[in-house]
Amino acid sequence: MKLILADKTVIEGKSFGAETSATGEVVFNTGMVGYVETLTDPSYQGQILVLTYPLVGNYGVPDPEFFESTGIHISGLVVSEYSETYSSASAKQSLASWLKKSGIPAISGVDTRALTKKLREKGVMLGGLSAKGNTIALEDPNKRNLVAEVSIKEKRVYGSGPTKIIAVDCGMKENIVRSLTRPGITVLRVPWDYDFTKEEYDGLFLSNGPGDPTMCDATIQNIKNAFKKDIPILGICLGTQLMALAAGASTYKLKYGHRSQNQPCTDVTVGTRCYITSQNHGFAINRKTLPKEWKVWFENANDGSIEGIKHSSKPWSAVQFHPEASPGPTDTAWVFDEFLASVALYKKNHA
Amino acid sequence: MPKKPKKVLILGSGGLRIGQAGEFDYSGSQAIKALKEEGIRTVLMNPNIATVQTDKGLADTVYFLPLTEHFAKEVIEKERPDAILLGFGGQTALNLGLALDKSGVLKKYGVEVLGTPVSVIRDTEDRELFIKRLSEIGVVTARSFAAENIKDAVKAAAKLKYPVMIRMGFALGGEGSGLVRSESELRTRLAEAFHRSPQVLIEEYLAGWKEVEYEVVRDAYDNCIVVCNMENFDPMGVHTGESMVVAPSQTLTNEEYHRLREVAIKTIRHLGVVGECNIQYALHPTTGEYRVIEVNARLSRSSALASKATGYPLAFIAAKLALGQSLLTIKNAVTQKTIACFEPALDYLVLKMPRWDLNKFDSAVTSIGTEMKSVGEVMAIGRSFEEVLQKAIRMLMIGADGFTANKGEAFHIEKYLAEIKDPTTRRVFAVAEALHRGVSVEEIHKLSGITTWFLDKMKNIIELEKRLKKETLTVELLRQVKQAGFSDKQIGTITDKTEVAVRALRGKKNVTPVVKQIDTLAGEFPAKTNYLYVTYHGTEHDVTPGKKGIAVLGSGPYSIGSSVEFDWSSVQVLKTLQAEGKETVMINYNPETVSTDYDMSDRLYFEELSLERVLDIVQFEKIKGVVISTGGQVSNNLALPLHKNGVKILGTTPENIDRAEDRHTFSKLLDKLNIDQPGWAELTTRKAAGEAAMRLGYPVLVRPSYVLSGSAMAIASDEKSLMRFLERAVDVSSEHPIVISKFIENAREIEIDGVASKGKLEIYAITEHVENAGTHSGDATVVLPPQRTYLETIRRAKRIAKKVVKELKITGPFNIQFLAKENKLQVIETNVRASRSFPFVSKVTGYNFIELATKAMLGKDISGHYQTLELDYVAVKSPQFSYSRIKGADPLGYVEMASTGEVAAFGDSYPEALLKSMMSAGFRLPKKNILISLGGEENKVKLLPAIEKLKVLGFNFFATEHTAEFLKTHGIASELVHKIKSGKKENVGTLLDSGKLELIINLANRGLVREGNGGNNPSDGFIIRRKAVDLNIPLITNRQLAEAFAMALSEVGKKGLESKAWDAYKKDA
Repeated sequence: MKLILADKTVIEGKSFGAETSATGEVVFNTGMVGYVETLTDPSYQGQILVLTYPLVGNYGVPDPEFFESTGIHISGLVVSEYSETYSSASAKQSLASWLKKSGIPAISGVDTRALTKKLREKGVMLGGLSAKGNTIALEDPNKRNLVAEVSIKEKRVYGSGPTKIIAVDCGMKENIVRSLTRPGITVLRVPWDYDFTKEEYDGLFLSNGPGDPTMCDATIQNIKNAFKKDIPILGICLGTQLMALAAGASTYKLKYGHRSQNQPCTDVTVGTRCYITSQNHGFAINRKTLPKEWKVWFENANDGSIEGIKHSSKPWSAVQFHPEASPGPTDTAWVFDEFLASVALYKKNHA
Repeated sequence: MPKKPKKVLILGSGGLRIGQAGEFDYSGSQAIKALKEEGIRTVLMNPNIATVQTDKGLADTVYFLPLTEHFAKEVIEKERPDAILLGFGGQTALNLGLALDKSGVLKKYGVEVLGTPVSVIRDTEDRELFIKRLSEIGVVTARSFAAENIKDAVKAAAKLKYPVMIRMGFALGGEGSGLVRSESELRTRLAEAFHRSPQVLIEEYLAGWKEVEYEVVRDAYDNCIVVCNMENFDPMGVHTGESMVVAPSQTLTNEEYHRLREVAIKTIRHLGVVGECNIQYALHPTTGEYRVIEVNARLSRSSALASKATGYPLAFIAAKLALGQSLLTIKNAVTQKTIACFEPALDYLVLKMPRWDLNKFDSAVTSIGTEMKSVGEVMAIGRSFEEVLQKAIRMLMIGADGFTANKGEAFHIEKYLAEIKDPTTRRVFAVAEALHRGVSVEEIHKLSGITTWFLDKMKNIIELEKRLKKETLTVELLRQVKQAGFSDKQIGTITDKTEVAVRALRGKKNVTPVVKQIDTLAGEFPAKTNYLYVTYHGTEHDVTPGKKGIAVLGSGPYSIGSSVEFDWSSVQVLKTLQAEGKETVMINYNPETVSTDYDMSDRLYFEELSLERVLDIVQFEKIKGVVISTGGQVSNNLALPLHKNGVKILGTTPENIDRAEDRHTFSKLLDKLNIDQPGWAELTTRKAAGEAAMRLGYPVLVRPSYVLSGSAMAIASDEKSLMRFLERAVDVSSEHPIVISKFIENAREIEIDGVASKGKLEIYAITEHVENAGTHSGDATVVLPPQRTYLETIRRAKRIAKKVVKELKITGPFNIQFLAKENKLQVIETNVRASRSFPFVSKVTGYNFIELATKAMLGKDISGHYQTLELDYVAVKSPQFSYSRIKGADPLGYVEMASTGEVAAFGDSYPEALLKSMMSAGFRLPKKNILISLGGEENKVKLLPAIEKLKVLGFNFFATEHTAEFLKTHGIASELVHKIKSGKKENVGTLLDSGKLELIINLANRGLVREGNGGNNPSDGFIIRRKAVDLNIPLITNRQLAEAFAMALSEVGKKGLESKAWDAYKKDA
């Protein structure tokens, strides 16, 4: 198996997934655990993932109920060493067998640190995994509507309760659904381009998802319409970028994104509190373009980029990181509590 | 932010001992640096003179005083600090801080405790409070009952059902803890435990659960991060200090990892820790249930490890947080770009392995369990488990080349299944043996509870070894085995090649390692880090070679005989080189050291001190010169091999170093120079050994070159004892010759530590041992300047030193040991390297010997007038023992070194310095009751004047049968104590248990011959000594020390002991 990069770099390694070729945008993630959650995160659609932690596969793969979506979303996996044996009470199969069954190629024996440094210096780039010496043409997945690829096709209802939350699925992780579905709440999960403005609801949630947010015109338009009401809105990751775009701001592509479980985000409204967050995004909000009714909520303590926004007067807020964790730290799970509290308040005031 | 204190008192941890070692030199020095950066004056109290933290230029004021409430109060009274740090000196500092708080001293003098408040420390230390506090937030602890008496403890155990765990409150390193299977066993353990701690815990036994640790940091603004998590190789039941530990965890799923992380943060927030703390868990391997085992609200061994494992400067940050700073305002010192509020991402793994030295003790138990017995540790960095495992095993310096392919019987375990089931210090080799013999991973897992993932990796190593044996050595296979951590030597052993040939082959086939950085962020941000390791899992170096620097080889693991003093020396070399404008490259792998701190060298290779690895580094970095003379024997041993490989060694030439090391050449050299030495012979058969001993005359000192079990050195008093030792302990053959030398009785020992330049002696210090020859120099009480040595003897010693220095053309440090008896001066040993006592002589004389040695090695002129003999004060260095940890060992001074550390104190007089020094090592002055038990006529007669002195002081004596009789005939009253076997009252056993005794003076008849102790039929003497240790009663076993002690006590008398700072003892003061 060979990993071929857009800058003509060719790295030879050992295949441990499906014996097939694939292309995608090559990105790296520095998390030390959570490959199952990461691989099934729909935000990775179209990407070849490099894991910087050198030993992967140690605890196998559990039942699908622990996945973040129905299956693997990455196009390919790159690791330093694949652990042929695994040990965990929850494991049902090995990582290799799962990758093979899912038709996802994977390569081991790669100097992932050197590769990561290259991506850091040159920015994320296109690449491909080539099996059996096949030549491959590198395709840019960002030209595709990745959100449309991963969003559900039909709306779905979770839970039953008087409070109704619309969750726009742009590639929503399962743990978000788990975090929102609480007693007394009905979650209506809708496709990315679903016009939810006609629905009755008490809260609106905008999910994470893959790729360039500007591809989601339909969603942005719907959010603009939602802004006409005072109903609470929470955005996560791509949802944050969509909210910003709907508010009139612009987004840009980060050189190599934030993909890790250790990103420090400062609550700038408080100033002294910083949270360790799980992240997976390649785009960010352009600070200068943020309309004045909006304020920055969180800031990345490493590079100063915007990690959360809040409207000055309306109950609309969004975070660029993943409060639902999975994988990663659970420190910001309170974001859901705050959102649901504002939904409850809204419901009470409009009863 | 709260008001910054102006002056802060920092409590150190004292002498190195099992459970509390060099890691606190690291944490204390970092704390001092952090405070200095803030412009705060620092006062340090620590009698450990071999530490970097007690160096000039670090703390503003240093007190070499016992870490007791009495002395701490005096220091506070004198210094009037406005704040105190308790979290940087281990359990010792923490307990002292709690005592100072309880007695109201801190309040009286308005001393604020920085960082974690005292009430929180109490919550973590008092088991009952701890469980209560955690249950408030629904955090689960092991089911546990605190008991303050035997009755309650027995009741609690019955409730929990046997087996149960017993633990002591306020203890360090799991001291006094263990598995108890029955009520009678419990009662025995309790009797001991209540002598050491007011509180004993009876806990549910969590055998087989995974043991996991988290290092948590919290600031005063509630920002809370987890710097590192670690997974123990051995499941619960083996103390984390006794287990191999990997970081990060390897077999925890995301859910487990982050659930425990969440619990950690929740717990630490609820408790209110400010600074650094460690939380330990048991995690059930199948149900995922957890129990919090303990929280250490201070820097610990684990936090030192976590700091080195991640590159996150935990101690430094903890000190800043204690001042009330926020994690958001402190920079990540490694990247210089990001902030301290983040969690390190590792793109490598580390493995810590404990180093034991139990074979130095004849009857010591080698099983491992819930009590810590290891004396040091190593940490290996790499990118696969196989790689770090094999590296770590080599790093132990126990003669093993890796997990497998070891020469020598010591690593082939006969009863491997038994040692897997009931772990011993050799468990890892027992696993190797089992895998070799085809035992399945599943079977080993069942016996040991070790997670199969680790065992599978170990099996990979064995499988690769098999392939190496069978297959042709292709480039692919060669790379694969190197990635699995095989050394060239191992590959050579397996494929029947020399190490040199394998290295050459690798060079030809281009199978070479790469240098990688530890940057705390897995490459996400560019980092300015100097922290490096070497791996075969990679194709690209992270760094370009440096500016042709000078490499300093460190000392490897702390062990008995090689401890913090060699790290001190290495650090002095680094500092001097930097001051001289040289680029420095440090090579060492001991996570408990200061030399491996991120701010000590231009480049730090956390790597093996093997010929192979040092050559890799030297060749990559194009090193100009290597300093091998300050890391003890570990680095010294590399002198000749490196030299033969064309590496430039700074200082004395390796050929000359070797001339001093090789017994034959050195002996001839002494003869040539007309220097006297004890007679000796090297022999290859037992018969010849017997003849030689007869010729030399008993007693003789026996030193085998190969040891099967037990201690490596012995004194034989007659042919019978010689033969017994040779049969039991050693292999005598042409391959493994033994050396027998004349043992000179009642001789005194003096030492010269010095520095020479091009064969000229430039500076030297003469020290004198309190104990006569027969006590290892590392276990001796050492005095500077000498008190009993004639000026003429000193002159002669100096003349001898000059001759040796000239002959060996020494440039750099050296040490010569002499025997002095009746105007005769004999040389017993010369080391052409820095010795253990260099920090002591440097700090006492006020001249930094290593700085001078380094300058000499650089070719600088260091000549000058150094006044090292005429001092207006006296300093005494005392050994720190860890016998309480080494169950079954006889705490009797011997030719084999047994101490794990040392302390020192200054005084205006010898008696004052001696008492303070002894107290610094944990000795408590008796108030009333002393047990005297003297074996042999000579001991009785010679100690009589000392006993008379004690009598004048009004002590009450207890004495064993013969001693009592002897004392009576000399008009000294004592209460007779019967032999244990007599069953009479009062017998030795009942008296010891009564808790009455405050001092025991026990002199063995033939103290030098260690036989008949322990075993099935222990002598009363052994029981007295052992019980003294187990019951924490001060003990003196050496006659000269007993004499000195009695003299000191009577001379100091009511004057008391002064609490003066180090500065007050400066020569021109």
